Amino acid sequence: MKYIVAIIQPHKLEEVKQALEAVEVNLMTVTNVLGQGRQKGYTEIYRGAKEVGGLLRKVRLDIAVNEDFVEPTIAAINKGARTGDGKVGDGKIFVLDLFDCVRISSGERGGIAIG
Amino acid sequence: MNTGDTAWVLMSAVLVLGMTIPGLAFFYGGLVRRKNVLSILMQCFIIVCVVSLQWVLFGYSLAFGPDTGLGIIGSLKWAGLNFVGGTPNADYAATIPHQVFMIFQAMFAVITPALIIGAFAERMKFSAFLIFTVLWATFVYDPLAHWVWGTGGWLRSLGALDFAGGIVVHVSSGVSALTLAVLLGKRCGYDQQPFRPHNLPFTVLGAALLWFGWFGFNAGSALGANELAANAFITTHLAAAAAGLTWALIEWRHHGAPTVLGAATGAVAGLVAITPACGFVNPMNAIFIGILVGLFCYIAVVLIKAKLGYDDSLDAFGIHGVGGVWGTLATGLFAEKAVNAAGADGLFFGNPRQFFVQFLLVVIAPVFAAGMTWMIFKAVDALVGMRVDKTDEIVGLDLTQQSESAYTVIE
Repeated sequence: MKYIVAIIQPHKLEEVKQALEAVEVNLMTVTNVLGQGRQKGYTEIYRGAKEVGGLLRKVRLDIAVNEDFVEPTIAAINKGARTGDGKVGDGKIFVLDLFDCVRISSGERGGIAIG
Repeated sequence: MNTGDTAWVLMSAVLVLGMTIPGLAFFYGGLVRRKNVLSILMQCFIIVCVVSLQWVLFGYSLAFGPDTGLGIIGSLKWAGLNFVGGTPNADYAATIPHQVFMIFQAMFAVITPALIIGAFAERMKFSAFLIFTVLWATFVYDPLAHWVWGTGGWLRSLGALDFAGGIVVHVSSGVSALTLAVLLGKRCGYDQQPFRPHNLPFTVLGAALLWFGWFGFNAGSALGANELAANAFITTHLAAAAAGLTWALIEWRHHGAPTVLGAATGAVAGLVAITPACGFVNPMNAIFIGILVGLFCYIAVVLIKAKLGYDDSLDAFGIHGVGGVWGTLATGLFAEKAVNAAGADGLFFGNPRQFFVQFLLVVIAPVFAAGMTWMIFKAVDALVGMRVDKTDEIVGLDLTQQSESAYTVIE
């Protein structure tokens, strides 16, 4: 089992969701987050007070999958989230080992509880 | 008595109330951080409660009651609305019930201390704020209103022109705001990063409500539904428009982008500057006054404040103090009897004396307001302490002063 965390551009969320559904990954948690990467943020000005390079809005996906789904999930997120304009800022995917999983309603454990 | 005049002044009183709540409350509320928005709304709201009562109990009598002899303060003869009934008082407004004039003026007494909130936002203890407000209304606003507007007031007798409160409302509150900001010190973390407004749509909504209500403030100050009200209405609108546009254009040039906060700030500065002048100047000069106040307040807020380093959180001084001073001086330049026969001609219409009187106003009022504010600050600070402690400030005033949160994150 793997735990996949993806940080993507907010406007790419719908495309990523569609790509994930196409490979039958339907369960995910989505949160609004702020972050900064290699690209610089925008400068904000409030009555002349400048804030340079403020944090950018991103969307974070948390997805738990069994081994068979790991590569298709990564491929789907890549496909949906890449803008293809060759610039930085499209985001990152992190893959972590997952020790266990519990379905609260039934008490089932492990791989069967994931999907 | 005239029913049209009465209806207009009553409606104007409602408009001026709307400037404090919700206008100013949301203008300021949007500018603070999310942990302090309720403290601002509460301060604006409770000021309406407290100062309205102070006003009918004794404030109105101190400001507008029969002079005690030296032109310094009114007597307590009208305390508790004694002798303030339905019969018009010809000294102030001959065509409307005396009570209507009283309640219209009550709304001015309410908004003036509310303007100061912008200077001590995000760090003042609520109990200290309440005591300060009552003392300030009694010892700064009421005497100043008497000097400039009351029958027998010494500045009024000198021929001072202040149509709707450039001196009495804006310079007095703006200078007191600066005094408080300096005495209180900066907010925690002020030098590390700029504090971002937590909800600019609130601020723009508040500025729009201020603009809306300001027609009651200025055109209502004609105290009748007449040509003078029409002139004040138009000059008010044009000055706000000119200043809002000016600020946005300067910002575009200076910082590369015109911000909506800048346009809204500029418009409020325009409204401040035209306040003393609106019933004395013609519409074309109102545009000129508006353009210049946009420039002056921009310099004060963006350049001078940053240089001097005082933390006037929401620029109560930069907008109301600076704008009020310019408006008062501009009245001495552009006033003309052709607009208002009961007024006077200014410097540009052949009467340099008027400019000197206006200049005297912008010296006397700030000295008085700053001195009194300093004394009241020291008294209240000794009594209950003016500033919240550091932990409370970091947690935020909503939780520590009001025991509430504005926004829930989790249901």
